[in-house]
Amino acid sequence: MRQLVFLRIALGIALLLAVSVLIFAGTQILPGDVAQAILGKSATPETVASLREQLGLNAPAYVRYFRWLGGALTGNFGTAMSSGQDIATQIKARLWNTLFLAACAAIAAVPLAVILGLIAVRYRNGWVDKLISGLALASTSFPEFFIGYALVYFFCVKWPILPSISTVYDGMPFGERLEAIVLPATALTLVVLAHMMRMTRAAILNVMQSAYIETAELKGLSAFNVIRKHAFPNAIAPIINVVMLNLAYLIVGVVVVEVIFVYPGMGQYLVDNVSKRDVPVVQAVGLVFAAVYITLNIVADVTAIIANPRVRHPK
Amino acid sequence: MTGLKRIPISALIGLVLSALFVLAAIFAPWISPHDNAEIVGDVWEPMSAAHWLGTDNLGRDLLSRMIYGARITLFIAVLATALSFSLGAILGFSAAVFGGWFDTLLSRLVDLLMSIPTLIMALVVLSVLPTNLVTLILVMGVLDSTRVYRLSRAVAVDINVMDYVEAAKLRGEGSGWIIFREILPNALSPLVSELGLRFIYAVLFLSTLSFLGLGVQPPDADWGGMVKENKDGIVFGIGAALIPAAAIAMLAISVNLVADWVLNRTTSLKGGRG
Amino acid sequence: MADSNAKPGQPKPGLLLDIRNLRIEATVYPPGEAPKTITLVHDVSLTLEKGKVLGLIGESGAGKSTIGLSSMGYGRGGVRITGGEVILNGRDIMKGGKEGFRKLRGREVCYVAQSAAAAFNPAHRLMDQVVEATLLHGTATRAEAEKRAVALFKKLSLPNPETIGQRFPHQVSGGQLQRVMTAMALCSEPDLIVFDEPTTALDVTTQIDVLAAIKDAIRDTHVAALYITHDLAVVAQVSDEIMVLRHGRLVEWGGTRQIIKEPRQEYTNALVSVHEIEHQEQNPGATPFLSVKNVTAAYGGGHVKVLKNVSVDIYPGQTLAVVGESGSGKSTLARAITGLLPPEQGTVTFDGRPLANRLADRPKEDLRQLQMIYQMADVAMNPRQTVGTIIGRPLEFYFGMRGRERDKRVAELLDEIEMGKGFVDRYPAELSGGQKQRVCIARSLAAKPKLIICDEVTSALDPLVANGILKLLLDLQQHEKVAYLFITHDLATVKSIADSIAVMYRGEVVRYGSKSKVLTPPFDAYTDLLLSSVPEMEIGWLEKAISGRRMASAGN
Repeated sequence: MRQLVFLRIALGIALLLAVSVLIFAGTQILPGDVAQAILGKSATPETVASLREQLGLNAPAYVRYFRWLGGALTGNFGTAMSSGQDIATQIKARLWNTLFLAACAAIAAVPLAVILGLIAVRYRNGWVDKLISGLALASTSFPEFFIGYALVYFFCVKWPILPSISTVYDGMPFGERLEAIVLPATALTLVVLAHMMRMTRAAILNVMQSAYIETAELKGLSAFNVIRKHAFPNAIAPIINVVMLNLAYLIVGVVVVEVIFVYPGMGQYLVDNVSKRDVPVVQAVGLVFAAVYITLNIVADVTAIIANPRVRHPK
Repeated sequence: MTGLKRIPISALIGLVLSALFVLAAIFAPWISPHDNAEIVGDVWEPMSAAHWLGTDNLGRDLLSRMIYGARITLFIAVLATALSFSLGAILGFSAAVFGGWFDTLLSRLVDLLMSIPTLIMALVVLSVLPTNLVTLILVMGVLDSTRVYRLSRAVAVDINVMDYVEAAKLRGEGSGWIIFREILPNALSPLVSELGLRFIYAVLFLSTLSFLGLGVQPPDADWGGMVKENKDGIVFGIGAALIPAAAIAMLAISVNLVADWVLNRTTSLKGGRG
Repeated sequence: MADSNAKPGQPKPGLLLDIRNLRIEATVYPPGEAPKTITLVHDVSLTLEKGKVLGLIGESGAGKSTIGLSSMGYGRGGVRITGGEVILNGRDIMKGGKEGFRKLRGREVCYVAQSAAAAFNPAHRLMDQVVEATLLHGTATRAEAEKRAVALFKKLSLPNPETIGQRFPHQVSGGQLQRVMTAMALCSEPDLIVFDEPTTALDVTTQIDVLAAIKDAIRDTHVAALYITHDLAVVAQVSDEIMVLRHGRLVEWGGTRQIIKEPRQEYTNALVSVHEIEHQEQNPGATPFLSVKNVTAAYGGGHVKVLKNVSVDIYPGQTLAVVGESGSGKSTLARAITGLLPPEQGTVTFDGRPLANRLADRPKEDLRQLQMIYQMADVAMNPRQTVGTIIGRPLEFYFGMRGRERDKRVAELLDEIEMGKGFVDRYPAELSGGQKQRVCIARSLAAKPKLIICDEVTSALDPLVANGILKLLLDLQQHEKVAYLFITHDLATVKSIADSIAVMYRGEVVRYGSKSKVLTPPFDAYTDLLLSSVPEMEIGWLEKAISGRRMASAGN
């Protein structure tokens, strides 16, 4: 088992390296010229050339890649071109904000999704199940900003009980910080809830239709014990898998939600700098997002490996 | 063949709404009361008989903007879906049928592309590419084709190992017959349903990009861009931004309903008579 | 009918189970249509005395599992009991409600499923699952229950009875799991066990051991049993009485001897005489038209050898049967001959010249001469093509037939397989299992081949339908002078159809020759085991077979 887990983690690291190449290549080798892009169409060839020199763009691509990767590994992403600020410092503060927001959303969404999934299974094909699936279908069709602005419209304008802009700052008391992120966290929860619930429902249904559940029922176990002793141990791995995959999905949803609520996190930082075409920042933030995403996927796979009795108790 | 009366009510609603959106997009210049960029009144006028949906942040007629917005939204989404679908399906089928290094290479590349969230990858790429419609369609289409590739490869691999395909191979049939007569007819229903889902995804993705200011550029606007234009009104209690957002949701739901129905209808295997 | 005068409402003394006028219905949801209610069991009555075994037999759809589960008040999926009484130990269990069902399940009545591999929870150790019902119903302490379980493991001849309970289901073989499941059912000392096809999924040499173990355990513990199966020969070994069911209705019910020796109903008679096809062995001609010489084949780039130095010959218009259990390499032999799995060594010669190893290198004419029929007819036909297209395609492909000429030939072929012209426009989903297999036969005949490879073509079919297919194949051989390579695990089928036989075991041919020669002693150890393991419709066969065996089966 240890070998399998190790292999999966190694694979994840290899994937992350490949992704770093891809991100680097995506910003360096594509037809757009970075220096040109920064300076705009009106720039003279001389200024473009001098900026290329200044950015070290004249070195061969692989040299620049390793220079960049070496920096990234030691926590040095360089400085932002537009503001001259140190990128790593910026990311540190913002990553914490983003993870806090995502964690709050996850704390609300995960239990809610699992409970709703269980209810849907319990009343399968009944009206509760149909209602839940219907809402799930609808909410996967909603763009994030529709949910976000609808929340703002109702809770900040119609019944002004919450702030429409989530300002947070260093040293802010925890309670105030929580209040500031109620709306963005709710929006994020709604964004992932439906999907997570549908997948939980499918995972539990899959287990409940196994022959060993019938065996347990035919032993005279009560419905509760069938689920607790026989369904749950087998459903836990697929559910964790569902949760992890959706947390990864949440990482993407966070980009839009942060923009809506002007929340100082990674997502907003990325979007701002894409508009400014500040390539070093985009590369760094892209890499961090990819790292978080890939890590969550590794966690999902590793739990699946650990939870599999065939792997835990080999022949 | 299936008569109209056999269509469930939900799918019928989906079909009618989707058709309305498409008609609005096609006949935009004839049915919209005002021009796309024409300033007809005050900023953020409420809904009235003159302006059914009110006016936007610059005093343009919101209904007219919505109708033209449908045009841009659908146009880009359709092209991006067409690109992602043809690219993904052709490569996916070929990978399944030919196998070998071709399959391995493509599959690993797709794994790699899919290991980064699509939005993040799109943002990274858009930070260096010129912002225009062609770039937008290419980026959306290529990134999304990875999902179509995975699905069509999986479906084709499943079918490719069926005994009836083996029987055709034993008979000596060529790849053409095997792909088009044995595999394709059986892969059609999941693929058609996926087409709907990919289109929804393209609409949502385009809207998100435009909302972030990285999609369709002013003065043109798709629905996502219109949300961005009007979002500042929300805090003043002006719901103009919610209208295009709701339109996106409505379009997505309608197509979803249709795709759902197509999938359910065609999975009962009695040829076309089910 | 053995017992039709039981008075309603009055439990007879000594009766354990008394099912009266049982009616079971289910709601089905055909796609695109309104849900409808179908009746699975029509007014079936049965009684079972304490310590007796009643065999329920019938083809798929006969309602035998449904009736068996009704004794526990259980319905699978949307199945529900809508009429009649189920009286167990003197009380109608249908009146006990959910709580009542829970109290009797696992205590008074236990269940043994067809696939123990799926019926055990992969997350728990076997012992925990075996004693679970006993502990739940509080009939013994944990220590007592475990002691009882170990004793049962011993009785059922499981290896390492003391420690096997500590294993997880996936660490134990299929035949052993089936016995552990029997131990699980016996552990809570129930009055009745429902055996639902407990040996059907096993290889024939494993089946006999499990069957013997089950029979001994039933005898020693004096438990009553409902033994559900589609195999009359199997049920004849373990039951005191047999009930024959068809389409959810009772056909015949009587003592085991009466049912298998003097069946009163025509349907029962058909089931009893199912394997009695007369086939006169033909002498091999001078030269075989297809020879497999020293063929060795492997999967996974040569790592897993599945065929070792195999040589067989096939003579024109005759049948070579290849028999063996799962993993014997018999299907791989077919794949090697057809070129789907190119052999590593050895040659396949056809009409005196070597066939290309790889399918892709063979000319069309060679492909036409070798046709194949599969086990699962449903997946051997493209579900999006009509019967006409399926049968017509080889005609177009090999002979360039078009239009009316092709349609005429398709109609002729449909006649040959005893199906009418009306089937031309049907899709495979609209055919029954036997009809599907017939269409596959017609498709291979359309090519006018010299050889048809039949890979377990009757294994997925009910006995009577399978019988029809075998008869058809023999008839067609007479008319069309086609040879068969008949791959099967079922020796009874072999006896009905073969001219010569090759017995395969772990990738090798262990015995090969004409049918009469192969089936005449002296036998090698494996052929002996295989032959002695095929259930015969004869009371007392099981004991004779077990005592006469010289080699332990591979499933142990």
